[in-house]
Amino acid sequence: MAVDVPSSTGTAGAAAPAPARRLGALASWEATIIALTVLVLVIASLTVDGFGDAGNAVFLLLDITPILLIALPMTLIVMTGEIDLSVASILGLTGAVMGSLWVGGMAIETIIPLCLVLGAVLGAVNGFFVTVLGLPSLAVTIGTLALYRGLAYVVLGSNAVADFPFAHTGWVTGTAGGGVVPNLLLPLLVAVVAFGIALHATPAGRGIVATGASDTAARFAGLATLRIKFTLFVLSGVVSALTGVLWALRYSSARADNGAGLELAVVAAVLLGGVSIFGGKGSLPGVVAAVVLLASLQNALRLENVSNEALTVVTGGLLIASVLAPNVLRAVRRRSASARASRAR
Amino acid sequence: MSAATAQRTQETPVPPAPPTSAVERVLKARSLGIVLALVVLVAVTAAANPLFVSGQSLRDIALSTAILAILAVGQTIVIITRSIDLSVGSVLGLSAYAAGSLLQAAPGTPIVVAIGLAMLVGAACGLVNAVLVRFGGVPALVVTLGTLYIYRGIAFFWAGGQQINADEMPGNYLGFGTATVLGVPVLVLIAAVVLVVAGIVLGRYRAGRDLYAIGSNPDAAVLAGISVGRRLLAAFVVSGALAGLAGALYAARFGTVDAAAGTGYELNVVAAAVVGGVVVTGGSGTVWGAALGALLLTVINSALPVLRIDQFWQQAIVGALILLAISTDRVLTTRLAAQLRRRNSHGR
Amino acid sequence: MSSRRGLSLVLAGSLGLTMALTACGGGTTRESQAQQPAAPAPSSSAAASADPSAEIPEGLKIAFLPKQLNNPYSDIEAAGGKEAVEELGGEYSLVGPNDASASSQVSYINTLIQQQQDVINIAANDPNAVCPSLNQARAKGIPVVTFDSDANPDCRDVFINQATTEGIGKTLAEQALELSGGSGKVAVLSATANATNQNAWIEVMKEELAKPEYAGVELVEVAYGDDDDQKSFQQTQALLQKYPDLKAIVSPTTVGIAAAARYISSSDYKGKVAVTGLGTPNQMREYVKDGTVKEFALWSPADIGYLAGYAGAALKAGQITGAEGETFEAGRLGEYTIGADGEVVLGPPTTFDASNIDQFDF
Repeated sequence: MAVDVPSSTGTAGAAAPAPARRLGALASWEATIIALTVLVLVIASLTVDGFGDAGNAVFLLLDITPILLIALPMTLIVMTGEIDLSVASILGLTGAVMGSLWVGGMAIETIIPLCLVLGAVLGAVNGFFVTVLGLPSLAVTIGTLALYRGLAYVVLGSNAVADFPFAHTGWVTGTAGGGVVPNLLLPLLVAVVAFGIALHATPAGRGIVATGASDTAARFAGLATLRIKFTLFVLSGVVSALTGVLWALRYSSARADNGAGLELAVVAAVLLGGVSIFGGKGSLPGVVAAVVLLASLQNALRLENVSNEALTVVTGGLLIASVLAPNVLRAVRRRSASARASRAR
Repeated sequence: MSAATAQRTQETPVPPAPPTSAVERVLKARSLGIVLALVVLVAVTAAANPLFVSGQSLRDIALSTAILAILAVGQTIVIITRSIDLSVGSVLGLSAYAAGSLLQAAPGTPIVVAIGLAMLVGAACGLVNAVLVRFGGVPALVVTLGTLYIYRGIAFFWAGGQQINADEMPGNYLGFGTATVLGVPVLVLIAAVVLVVAGIVLGRYRAGRDLYAIGSNPDAAVLAGISVGRRLLAAFVVSGALAGLAGALYAARFGTVDAAAGTGYELNVVAAAVVGGVVVTGGSGTVWGAALGALLLTVINSALPVLRIDQFWQQAIVGALILLAISTDRVLTTRLAAQLRRRNSHGR
Repeated sequence: MSSRRGLSLVLAGSLGLTMALTACGGGTTRESQAQQPAAPAPSSSAAASADPSAEIPEGLKIAFLPKQLNNPYSDIEAAGGKEAVEELGGEYSLVGPNDASASSQVSYINTLIQQQQDVINIAANDPNAVCPSLNQARAKGIPVVTFDSDANPDCRDVFINQATTEGIGKTLAEQALELSGGSGKVAVLSATANATNQNAWIEVMKEELAKPEYAGVELVEVAYGDDDDQKSFQQTQALLQKYPDLKAIVSPTTVGIAAAARYISSSDYKGKVAVTGLGTPNQMREYVKDGTVKEFALWSPADIGYLAGYAGAALKAGQITGAEGETFEAGRLGEYTIGADGEVVLGPPTTFDASNIDQFDF
């Protein structure tokens, strides 16, 4: 990433340690975050009134959906050492376009695929600037963050479109057959599993990891790193657009400010999940656990009437701790090892 | 991205030519471009409505630029070292609230003390960022994204939903927000002093040049004997303190402070720096450029309503401008590098 | 490269999947939708018919969800609600987002349902976005009272309106006439362009201005400051640049009027352009005293919350169901009657000026 810091433990450290040790640290962080998530879920179900029942699980899933969906492609992008800050603006622009086409009288079944295509185009614009012009993705997507959100306002102004068909809005918020299984659960699981397999069990996934670990080396090894990155930006655009559609349907409300600021929450979840901001390191299960952890913590604290402020501080603290803790552990371990070594001498 | 993408152009070798001259030429072309854009924009807007260049209007623009420019100067200092400080908006909010509460509790407080407190709060926030980056080994983006949440949370916690209204602030402090010297608002003079000092230190002094060295090649900077840690620490503390100063000025300018002050500012600030030619991969860019970027963004914001362009276009235009700025840089740099390469081969 | 094909497959797969998911049924357009019956709206919990003599039980859990928490106006409203809940011997709770966004309000409604609150009082940020969740609450027997800013009438039981829309709109028009000295250009600085309240008031104000007695007053523009302090400040600047001969700015929102007054009091326009509208006395005291603002109006925000607290308790107890004509007692405010569409109107607004502003502290 552009913003790497010339610190000994950051960039320089990444190159030095043996791969085995790095894998060890990674696995332990992933295990930590998953364990932490399970712990929070168990404790919250036992001690927080109303957390464990089916109704709350549906709410929780609905709250998780946007961040989880966007976090999937974001994980892949960050793994290649890039970043996409425009995701929430793509979400907003898609929602705005969806709203204005609906008002224009188009059928919703036509609008939704069109919106996904729009997402692909917006993602391709990001990809073009990053891969063809070779510009840093941080700067590019800060630019498109403003551009796409601005276009959302141009499209919809301050109007809100609210009268989407109940068959669709009801499906998004509803459960299968009125039971306890939300309609969204299965598609979400499929998406998570598909991304997980793509990243961890296909040549494409290995290409992503290799690109992030060393762009130059990956290219020498014959990988089309630019093409990989371009495809990922398009994918991110499509998923963000899909999330924009779901967002508008879930809240029955298409507004230009839909999802504003969500990009930071997504990046926070991805980093908390153990993905290195420098690329080449991370795992999808860790990210999914981090998304669930943040959302359930938030849900539980709200039920306990803990203020919003505390949530904000906890989110920020966890984010820093996710990188700080392994570094500190490593330093302590190293120090004690060297102390042992010197004592043995 | 960054490191890799930056290398991509450089790995086609341009070794003999001093790269600084190319960079300087790009920067000059860039500054010229911004100035030209400003002149055209102001001319067109003034033609549509002469009041746009009235004293009051110019004063308003200068005042709005002042706060953004101070933040952009701090941001530039950090970005040059190949870091970033996303927490500036939250630091502004926290320090503005600190200054506001002090003035509310003790209306007799001298203005300087209130500003000093805000800067101290800001510097402390910057120090926390710096320590986490330097000693925690956490990337600056991650640290400052985290502290963006944390500092804002602390501000909300402290304010507890309270707002400090103009009638709760001492009159002399509000007066300071609108005071002028020879027709120039005091806040603008403060911003100008900050800009000039930062510009000279970065351009002429060892401490400033070290920052560029660190951002251009961290490993080489270490080998060259630069105390990278101390310089980085200083850069973040300065950025924090300037955000604190901006907070104090915000309180004086707007007269109303709540915990949400400055929310989302970080993107404007980074945008101003980027439009002004500061490269997010570090090692290149000046505070003069960043200040010009801040001025351009502010003028656009003020000109659109006067030109009766729908205010909804504003954000889209800013976004397009950022993309245009960074693409132009890339094209200019590549072309200049090619030229230099040709010249070198001819010379041989 | 195989890697590229793999990625493209994921891409195509996700596209196909979503398209399959979205293709439920034939083409649904806005027109075809309009012919279908609207979504079912559950009627509230309480008995179908009101029992005016029902006792309000002790210990009711009454929750307030204002537009946002860090807004002085919302705080005063909620404080009024707290007063009412304490008088009723209930359990008061206040939750809400730090930004005035509909999506975060929805999460809080869900939380309130899970906490099994007895009554939800909400000032809606978006009349539609909060609807599904509010109806879930009502389906679980939790009556919903909207105050200050209404949701769709389908998804709440009672709406506490601060004053009649006509009353406020007329007040605004009268202020414009008086401050422009009978003729000249005036502008409106509103909240967001889709703010339900402000749009309704501005609509009435425009109708009034069309009447012959207002012939000299020209409304040149409605600008939107989005209830954001800084944006309102900048919109005021822009208005004055566009219309240098502007006589008055009417801002029917507490954030807008304060920002407009602040800008004008510190600019060359002080004394030339009048500011009026709706504001809180504490925010405006400074500008009334320095002469920027001659007069402005507002109802008592605390009373809105107070009345909402009583209305919610009366709903839960079954004293009222939200039907027109029903009456209930609201503590120190006396008896109120429910009007058409479940609306309860608090009363006429108060006008503040230099002579009386020091008697108010909110």
